[in-house]
Amino acid sequence: MKFAPLMGAGLLALASVAPALAEVESTDPIKLTLHDWTGQLLTTKIMGSVLEKAGYNVEYVQADYIAQFAGLKTGDLHVAMEIWATTGQEAMDEAIATGNVVSYGSTGMQAIEEWWFPAYMKEDCPGLPDWQALNDCADQFSTAETAPFGRYLGGPVTWGGFDEERVEALGLDFEVVHAGTDAALFAELESAYQRKAPIVLWVYAPHWAVAKYEGEFVQFPAYTPECYTDPAWGSNPDAAYDCGKPTGPIYKVGWAGVSDKWPGAASAIEAFTIDNAAMGDMVGQVDLDGKDLDAVVADWVANNESTWQGWITQ
Amino acid sequence: MSVSETSATPPAPRRWQGVPSVPGWAFWVVLLGVTWAASHYAMDIYKALDARWIIRFPAAWQPDFEGRISAGMKWLLEEAELFGILFRDVTRAIARLIEIPYDLAVDLLVTGVLQGQGQQAQQVLPPLSWIAVTYIFCALGHYAKGWRLAALMGACFLYLAVFGQWASAMLTLASVLIAVPLAAVGGLLLGILAFRVPMAERILRPVLDLMQTVPIFAYLVPILFMFGFGPVAALAATVIYAMPPMIRVTIVALRGVPEELGELGVMVGATSGQQMWKVLVPAARPTLMVGLNQVIMLTLNMVIIASMIGAGGLGYDVLTALRRLDIGGGVEAGLAIVVLAIALDRLSQAFSARTVTLRASQSRGGWAMRHRWLLSSLAVVLVTALIGLALPWVQTYPKAAVISTGQIWADAIGYINVNYFDTLDAIKTVLLTWVLLPVRQFFTGIPWPWGLAAITLIGARVGGWRLAALVFALTGLVVLTGLWTKAMMTVYLCGVSVVIASIIGIPIGILAARNEMSNRVVGVFIDTLQTLPSFVYLIPVVMLFRVGDFSAMIAIVAYALAPAVRYAAHGIRSVDPQIVEAGIVSGCTPWQMLRRIKLPIIAPELLLGLNQTVMLALSMLVITALVGTRDLGQEVYIALTKANVGQGIVAGLAVAFIAIIADRLLEAAARRMRNRAGGA
Repeated sequence: MKFAPLMGAGLLALASVAPALAEVESTDPIKLTLHDWTGQLLTTKIMGSVLEKAGYNVEYVQADYIAQFAGLKTGDLHVAMEIWATTGQEAMDEAIATGNVVSYGSTGMQAIEEWWFPAYMKEDCPGLPDWQALNDCADQFSTAETAPFGRYLGGPVTWGGFDEERVEALGLDFEVVHAGTDAALFAELESAYQRKAPIVLWVYAPHWAVAKYEGEFVQFPAYTPECYTDPAWGSNPDAAYDCGKPTGPIYKVGWAGVSDKWPGAASAIEAFTIDNAAMGDMVGQVDLDGKDLDAVVADWVANNESTWQGWITQ
Repeated sequence: MSVSETSATPPAPRRWQGVPSVPGWAFWVVLLGVTWAASHYAMDIYKALDARWIIRFPAAWQPDFEGRISAGMKWLLEEAELFGILFRDVTRAIARLIEIPYDLAVDLLVTGVLQGQGQQAQQVLPPLSWIAVTYIFCALGHYAKGWRLAALMGACFLYLAVFGQWASAMLTLASVLIAVPLAAVGGLLLGILAFRVPMAERILRPVLDLMQTVPIFAYLVPILFMFGFGPVAALAATVIYAMPPMIRVTIVALRGVPEELGELGVMVGATSGQQMWKVLVPAARPTLMVGLNQVIMLTLNMVIIASMIGAGGLGYDVLTALRRLDIGGGVEAGLAIVVLAIALDRLSQAFSARTVTLRASQSRGGWAMRHRWLLSSLAVVLVTALIGLALPWVQTYPKAAVISTGQIWADAIGYINVNYFDTLDAIKTVLLTWVLLPVRQFFTGIPWPWGLAAITLIGARVGGWRLAALVFALTGLVVLTGLWTKAMMTVYLCGVSVVIASIIGIPIGILAARNEMSNRVVGVFIDTLQTLPSFVYLIPVVMLFRVGDFSAMIAIVAYALAPAVRYAAHGIRSVDPQIVEAGIVSGCTPWQMLRRIKLPIIAPELLLGLNQTVMLALSMLVITALVGTRDLGQEVYIALTKANVGQGIVAGLAVAFIAIIADRLLEAAARRMRNRAGGA
């Protein structure tokens, strides 16, 4: 229960320090939203720490990934640090279209999503990670519900991803089963991994699972925009989607009023970037090594002063 | 729980009851046979007649409900005005009003009083120390009942401290302390209104049905607009969800007060206010407490969803832990919710049942003696706050002394997974092949025109033409929205789950009714199932049974078990002892007693339990969407993730209509059964 004492401890810690602060446009707290995955907590806390260094007041609010847009539109919430193009695009576009929410550009991180299998499957299915090997081993991946087809565990329906179309276009002997949440997705992975049982499923990065479990992404023909729009492209001349999935940027968004009320903060948020490797490393420290999240954030802030000084002195 | 028009009708007129000349069993057999044939040959009929509309309601016939509702909500939230004030400003003002006591509770229990904002904030006063809070609840326990309750309170709050749940639990407690009185008092007042003014009751009934059955996810986004993002919106959603049982119970309780008592009030010249508050409400108190119990249970049931919209606390811990597959962490936080629920429930029950002798014994002695608990609580608060300044462990439970069972849980699930997965998988496959899949095929295959006709026939059979018209209209609306197949998926999943929950729950209920001890054990078990967030067991279930209908079914059964048990136990206990005597005298074996005497007598009671089981099963739908079902719950969930208000409300209403249809049919069936048993 690493985050249990967050609220209390956080506020107590804040109460004990009251350093002299630089002049800022407004001392009203800027509300950043926290979701339920470690990477997002890290991104948000790093941004929050940097804003605090610049003299702003920061408040963290726990909010649901999608439901938060209602708050961002009305200005109840101010900044959301991670909106994945792969999962939140529709809600984000809808919100930006209202004019009350603006995008602060990419975080610099790229979301990778693809079919993934644990390393031990290579022994039973030597052709992997090439996608053409999937059909040779379809029977190994099959279950009572999907036999004779292999079972591919896809993400929640809302994540999209065109997996049904991909199975069809590439002639894969697989049936797509959708998990309802990402917790359910990784619960199945954990279960199969414990038993060294066959599984192929949707995994995305940056995520702790990629660090915890040994395995690889299936290599499909590389994605190009034409693959999704032009049936003639690729191995199947009659169907689109005969390729892998695109990678997508992770965006920062916020309430449109932020740039009026805290212009300096808005430009710092816009300047924020971090890369997949640095983030993957920090996620691993928290989720696998059991380090305290706030300590990891403090480390980053201490070691990267030149980076974040650039964000706030623009 | 029927529409008031139906209940106002004199005992159902014979001539309208379907086809009166057909005996009961023949009606049901024929109906089932025709439905099976329609379901089985739907494809062939469609091919033969070249009428695709038989199996898929054409999109061209569907009115644009979604778009209109979305537009309507947009207008309400952004443009609607009341006397020149924006509707949203009105709700925001209400939100600020609720926020005052909530902030006070948070200051007291979690943060202490702060001055300044953000990082400049200074703590002026510390929050109540963990020792002080525990002591106060022990004191309340002793005051309300005695040493045993005090010990229970102490154990509950120590659990929270020792297992490292304190800070989150206090945050949850703060919101519960605001939500429960709001829901309970609001429910009581609305219930009284409905009792006094028949018109109000007529309006309230359908509203209550909707409040209880429309999944909360469906109206989450509008709530956020109205009340702002944060704890208050979560409180509002909680109150909406937890209030209906209180209103219903209040109406039933006031009606149940013996007429003589009411007349006595009139005779001694009570004003109508005195009549209500001094005569009727106190007389109805035992039943009212059942309502309070449900309010507390439902409030704690909501903490997970509340945490998604900024309430924080234990619900948030459960979600975060499970997101990391930290099963132990999830179980600990989940059990903390259960512990809180049990502590608050037992305390409120004890307060309502305080006996005259207890009160008398407490009013003896001098002023200090009479107020010893209040005084000593104040002393503990002050002393721990002062010592806490020097010794931090007095103020906050030390981190070093926190116990964690985390790894044990994960290891246990891992062990079962590695060693018994194949066995479990075999059991699952059998159930899937022989029960779940055939039933699913049956329901999803029913073409909508016949489905509409069949449900109307059933309505006419069990409740007369008014009921038939009602179920026809509601089912027709579901058809018009184009959600027929998804609705049938819902009926299948809930139907199977309810049957299984009844098969397990009714025997447990009968067992619980045998004696006080087993009753108490079963009571704790049921309370745990109702308040332990289903997320906690959903993840291990997915690990052992994979994503799919089977996992969803287990979650629904676990949650919907409670009413089946409660009503069965209540029914058995209320069987007239003289009838039991008569059975014993005529030489019944215990088994004959149960089968021939008790079960037939409590059948109407069991039907009402079934009714509540259906309601709870339907309210679990949205949660089971999280493990990948393809029904109306998933539709609501998808609407939420796409921020599509209209789609969410339409699908939510479809769920509510199914619930209302089931409710009315079962209610009518129970009434028929009672009339027949009553010697008709």
